[in-house]
Amino acid sequence: MKFLKFLIVGIIFGIILVKSEAVSWYRIYEMFRFQSFHMYGIIGTAIASGVLFLQLAKKGFIKNIHGQKIAVPKKDRGFIRYIIGGTIFGLGWALIGACPGPMYILLGTGVFSMLIVIAAALIGTFLYGILKNKLPH
Amino acid sequence: MESILNPWPWYVSGPLIALIMALLLYFGKTFGMSSNLRTMCSAFGADKFADFFRFDWKAQKWNLTVVLGAIIGGYIAVNFLSNGTPTNLNTTTISELQNLGFKNAGTTLVPKEMYGLDALTSVEGLLILIIGGLLVGFGTRYAGGCTSGHAITGLSSLQKPSLIAVIGFFIGGLVMTNFILPIIFNP
Repeated sequence: MKFLKFLIVGIIFGIILVKSEAVSWYRIYEMFRFQSFHMYGIIGTAIASGVLFLQLAKKGFIKNIHGQKIAVPKKDRGFIRYIIGGTIFGLGWALIGACPGPMYILLGTGVFSMLIVIAAALIGTFLYGILKNKLPH
Repeated sequence: MESILNPWPWYVSGPLIALIMALLLYFGKTFGMSSNLRTMCSAFGADKFADFFRFDWKAQKWNLTVVLGAIIGGYIAVNFLSNGTPTNLNTTTISELQNLGFKNAGTTLVPKEMYGLDALTSVEGLLILIIGGLLVGFGTRYAGGCTSGHAITGLSSLQKPSLIAVIGFFIGGLVMTNFILPIIFNP
């Protein structure tokens, strides 16, 4: 039962991303061609709302379910891994039009060929795990 | 009901995505979808090959549950909460895509030309999906997050590493869409 709330969050997440068209390959193409405001509007208002929520949490107005302060884990410092890793991800994102959330959501919408993409993404993650110590971070 | 069945505007969708992040933080977790790829690798036995996969993946079952939910959510959204309205793309986008060989842009969520049976049964079509998946899987783990972890959660918490990562996302995305896609789909 403790997993039920996560299942529900996932279902809502899937519905929002389909209804917002953020899972549309065409919307991603349009975004990277600067031909529509749609995706920028989604990402912009998501971040603005997120900043507001986290500022309220920081000031102690919102606590988590355990009554503790809400805190986002700090990302490690660095530059190379973020810029290079980010660029590699961006190349893939724009090619297949799906990032690691939409991959599963699109599978649910009936795009079964997404299983190939997911399998390849697992192999990509596996390759990173193997090569991690040899890569600049 | 009509406004639920129609595509949702960006100013509704954006805050709702932030709500997902807020709910997960409220439940004592964080919003990060690409972590699931690492979790699944470990569950499939990748811990025998690299230290990176030696962690308590069972503690991540909640996030795999989010994945399961997302699949169900996708199913519900297209089957019960949609009326088949095509994506309202820029007309320039539609004609550009037509020139690249993409017909009926916006009538589906992903192009048949990439995800349909014809594409799956061609070497080139398969390679596109495999290379795309490899780049996403490798890149997100190298960068330590994807759109949910860096662009939404990281930027909302004003973290510099996430800003660098998102700049990277855009460098890669702009290069792929503007320079590489026109070569791949050169008519």
